[in-house]
Amino acid sequence: MKRFAALYARLDDSRATSAKVEAMRAYFAEAPAADAAWGLYFLSGQRLKRLIAPTLLRSWISDATGLAPAIVEECYAHVGDLAETLALLLDRAARPQPPIERGLAEWVAWLLALREQEVEAQRTALLDVWARLPLDECFLFNKLLTGALRVGVSSGLAARALALHAGLDETLIAQRLMGEWLRVASTARSRHERPAMNGRAGGGEDGLPAAVKGDSLANHPDSAAQAFAALLAPGSAEAHPSQPYPFCLASPIEDAPDAIWDAGLPSGLGPVADYLAEWKWDGIRGQLIRRAGQTFLWSRGEELLNGRFPEIEAAAAGLPDGTVLDGEILAHDGAAVLPFAKLQTRIGRKTVGRKLLAEAPVAFVAYDLIEWLHEDWRGRSLAERRAQLETIVASSAAPRLKLSEPVSADSWEALAASRAEARERGVEGLMLKARDSRYQTGRKRGAWWKWKLAAMSIDCVLLYAQAGHGRRANLYTDYTLAVWEGPNPGEGLLLPVAKAYSGLTDAELTRMDSWIKKHTREKFGPVRSVEASADAGQVFEIAFEGIQASSRHKAGVALRFPRIARWRTDKPAREANTLADLKRLLPR
Amino acid sequence: MKPDDLVIVRPEGLYCPHGDFHIDPWRGVPRAVITHAHADHARGGSQHYWAAARGQALLRERLGKQASITPLAYGETARFGEVTVSLHPAGHILGSAQVRIVHDDGRIWGVSGDFKRDRDPSCDAFEPFACDTWITEATFALPIYRWTDTREIAAEIFAWWQACKADGQSAVLFCYSLGKAQRVLAELTGFTDETVYVHGAMPGLIKAYRAAGIRMLPTEAVGNIPKGTSFAGKLVLAPPGASGTPWMKRLHPYSTGFASGWMRVRGGKRRLAYDRGFVLSDHADWDSLLATIDDTGARRVLVTHGHGDALIAHLTARGIEASMLATKFEGEGGAAADDAAERVDSAAAE
Repeated sequence: MKRFAALYARLDDSRATSAKVEAMRAYFAEAPAADAAWGLYFLSGQRLKRLIAPTLLRSWISDATGLAPAIVEECYAHVGDLAETLALLLDRAARPQPPIERGLAEWVAWLLALREQEVEAQRTALLDVWARLPLDECFLFNKLLTGALRVGVSSGLAARALALHAGLDETLIAQRLMGEWLRVASTARSRHERPAMNGRAGGGEDGLPAAVKGDSLANHPDSAAQAFAALLAPGSAEAHPSQPYPFCLASPIEDAPDAIWDAGLPSGLGPVADYLAEWKWDGIRGQLIRRAGQTFLWSRGEELLNGRFPEIEAAAAGLPDGTVLDGEILAHDGAAVLPFAKLQTRIGRKTVGRKLLAEAPVAFVAYDLIEWLHEDWRGRSLAERRAQLETIVASSAAPRLKLSEPVSADSWEALAASRAEARERGVEGLMLKARDSRYQTGRKRGAWWKWKLAAMSIDCVLLYAQAGHGRRANLYTDYTLAVWEGPNPGEGLLLPVAKAYSGLTDAELTRMDSWIKKHTREKFGPVRSVEASADAGQVFEIAFEGIQASSRHKAGVALRFPRIARWRTDKPAREANTLADLKRLLPR
Repeated sequence: MKPDDLVIVRPEGLYCPHGDFHIDPWRGVPRAVITHAHADHARGGSQHYWAAARGQALLRERLGKQASITPLAYGETARFGEVTVSLHPAGHILGSAQVRIVHDDGRIWGVSGDFKRDRDPSCDAFEPFACDTWITEATFALPIYRWTDTREIAAEIFAWWQACKADGQSAVLFCYSLGKAQRVLAELTGFTDETVYVHGAMPGLIKAYRAAGIRMLPTEAVGNIPKGTSFAGKLVLAPPGASGTPWMKRLHPYSTGFASGWMRVRGGKRRLAYDRGFVLSDHADWDSLLATIDDTGARRVLVTHGHGDALIAHLTARGIEASMLATKFEGEGGAAADDAAERVDSAAAE
């Protein structure tokens, strides 16, 4: 673990991308293969799930340090990172002797084995380890334990470092890293939770579920070492049936050169006929794979969704073998798309009952064809891919497989007029895709654009503040914002309508932090209520992408993606908006 | 506060009614006893000052030549009304003092000012004394704050300097002009005798330390070096306020570091975006705060500034009467280490 702790410190200390990549490359080259595999796993943002509940960890830290729970809580609020708080609290004057030295892979196996033990055994084991690890390793150990290893490295950056180490193409590595290349096995899990039985990289496995094969074997460092070796193997993309392609992403049209705009129209992009325009649906971007007689549904977050949307899996069963579609998972009653709130009831549900299936049905709305009859179609033009896609969807005749209908327009003006209907239709705006474009890896600017509606906005009063995390630790940066109950601004209660975490500059955050500390009314653990009345308080303009009626929120509305657009230092609290103002923005 | 307390809070600052004097007042008063020369403790405008003789030169830097100051040797007593006052080393910066107040009825109160118990060759070490009531600072009063041996931190700073030298960079260490800079310069004498370059805010203060007999590395003001001279391989000390200013241009290419207790927490370091953080504080850590309370034997503790809530809860659970004293010393404001940058000169709460 010393080696990984040193890597973590280097990544934490360096701001230059090149230095980070070099630090990771060196780690991959020097670490034992099993450790390197797990290092890569964590660096690319994956985590060990459901190890030990944070509340238990906090109470055990109280036991280990003799500090009252309230003091542990205050420390956590101050540090903003549980793993770090625990490590700092445990770092007492007496240095551990003798220290434990285990490789990263050994620690992972130890942690996964710990997960299966009784609570009391877990407590004893952790208290022992905590007492014996030096500060930096204890911190990292706690990071693995709490599952939040974030080190300012994207999975793309880790892939680049691995590609450099392996001397292989970055795209190939990125593709090998899609999905479950390293298996974390566990007992007592359902088939639905673990549908992809084999890490492709493991190679030549027999397809038995992990639970059948047994944990000790699956989590053994040798498996990780094999997985790592397979990532480095020469060659081109392998063909495990579940393997998805990296998604092609669109850029916000605001990122295009200013020169494309003429009278509010992006006519500088070229003739409107050169673009396929589609609605920008607000659902879950997905990749639907039909290979080897099986169906795999992936989210853009590289999460396998099998079992969660059985309608879509059923629809895919009729597709010819060797078909991969790019599309959107949407709540859909077969005739029309339903509001996002319907889909929300399905998100996070790993099993779905008959009632939910009836109340919140879904469909896969296909945008693109990536693979057809086992052939990679990414190099072909969008026009060709779409033509084939239309044929496929039409001949499948599955009611849960839809085509994303083009928004036709013979001029940019007409397209802009359609875009203006987006909010009424419950979509976020338009997608513009060059008809001659290839299906690219990631966000490559120039061929695919998203032309979203301008966000809605409203002026709110700050009600509560909470300290942030990471680099915002110990700064009150997370705001709960409210509008006036009314009838007029400045009248009635202040009703919370949004939580916003971003939008202010560091200098503004520091000023606000100081204001919050001086104008605190009450403290509730890490949360502070601040002065907020018609005559006192801070006003922020909140931008958001959408608004829905919601019975779960006190104010009766829920905002999509709220963030701070502006600090209205010019506005007294009495002039902030009312709930009635906000409700006027609800879709009719 | 209780009716007969020896020290109470008044709008102008901490006040002793039985002796009719203030301690570190934030407005002008007739009689002011000063614990140390940082700006949030030593303010101008009072008619007469009492302060530790060891810190007199530094206090003059702050208050001006015309200020009327009675120097007191550590342990020397002065009589105010019904009380006898003496100053005792606080270990915070050169000439920093705790205030001991003894009433004729036998009650003893102690005021910590800012203090630390850690090694610091640039000032006199903290000397505990017994008292009934102890008024303590609490800047770092959370159990996550625990300082490492100063020599280890000095070794880290020196190793970073040498690494910068190998990379052809200058090593720019941000630290407060009064106290921290001199402590670093004194600690580094154990590693080298090379000249260190300093920002223009520091030479006067360094000179006062040298005059008090503190041994430090030789220094030269950056401003005295001819334009175009390379600083590659040099250690440069600057107040945090100089970070990101045009003054930094001539030091290119450089690596930046910050020496502060706040560097103990990664969030603070990442927010300030220095290349390196060195955990070096002139305030007491959690263990020292508690050990000092034990040393005084006080049964009642009043907390002036910092993270008082945790300390008060901890003491209360141990049967010690503890509560908050609302003062204007740099408390939580100091916690946002970056706004310290705006108070370079005050150099107060780290």
